[in-house]
Amino acid sequence: MKFAVIVFPGSNCDDDMVYAIQEGLKEEVDKVWYTEESVADYDAVLLPGGFSYGDYLRSGAIARFAPVMESVIEEAEKGKPVLGVCNGFQVLLEAGLLPGAMQRNKNLKFICRPVQLRVENNSTGFTKAYESSETITVPVAHGEGNYFCDEKTLEQLKANDQIVFTYQDDINGSVAGIAGIINEKGNVLGMMPHPERATANLLGSDDGLKLFQSILNHWRESHVLTS
Amino acid sequence: MVKVQVYVTLKAGVLDPQGSAITHSLHTMNYNEVKSVQTGKYIELEVEETENLEERVKEMCEKLLSNPVIEDYTYTIGEAVS
Repeated sequence: MKFAVIVFPGSNCDDDMVYAIQEGLKEEVDKVWYTEESVADYDAVLLPGGFSYGDYLRSGAIARFAPVMESVIEEAEKGKPVLGVCNGFQVLLEAGLLPGAMQRNKNLKFICRPVQLRVENNSTGFTKAYESSETITVPVAHGEGNYFCDEKTLEQLKANDQIVFTYQDDINGSVAGIAGIINEKGNVLGMMPHPERATANLLGSDDGLKLFQSILNHWRESHVLTS
Repeated sequence: MVKVQVYVTLKAGVLDPQGSAITHSLHTMNYNEVKSVQTGKYIELEVEETENLEERVKEMCEKLLSNPVIEDYTYTIGEAVS
């Protein structure tokens, strides 16, 4: 399986994402610069964390119009797996691939520490390796992770089982404790916590590895076992 | 050239953590008459005069300058400046 890690000016978790794929999954991965025009040759697209374009205007607002995003949006609409972590999640929200928006954390502080998450939906192509309602430990590192959406959107997210991860404790003021959501089709996941920073016990937790294994297993089910 | 002034504010009902912090701070400074504070952004554009200027300014506000999920915008299109 071949992964693309998109690199915007100001991305800073791209190396961690590459490490997770190379060392954690032992699969192929390329860094794809934001000026590239196509990600069609890849099996999955990963949008890493960081501060794309210095978080100017709003987090993710300018990156959303970077040249490579046109192809990312096109591939997402075709059903290719797309994962956005932290700033990558903010880019997906700004691009309209996921509903809602991010605000400053309610206490206005940058939060950087391991947190406990609850796996709300383990039937997605990103979470099948987790147990239902499993509690996992994954680090967060964000100043704007306070997820907001209106009530109608929240009802839809709940009705379609689109809330994938929630925070065990309210750390940032997110609506319904939301830490990660998926699109209705089930191929675009955005989450504030960093699974790529939790892929080995040496790093404090390997709970994030199952997310990448889920992506790989899901891909194999449809591409390898059928052939 | 025309000066365009864009103001971006949070929609009613969206909590403004910065506004709350400023309100709190003003109260500790004894400005108790302040009932609420709402923060926002001011963006100034210098734009070449075009026929459909207003339409294009609206587009810029909706596509990039504001996020319609949480923000409202207003703008004024000023007198031509040399």
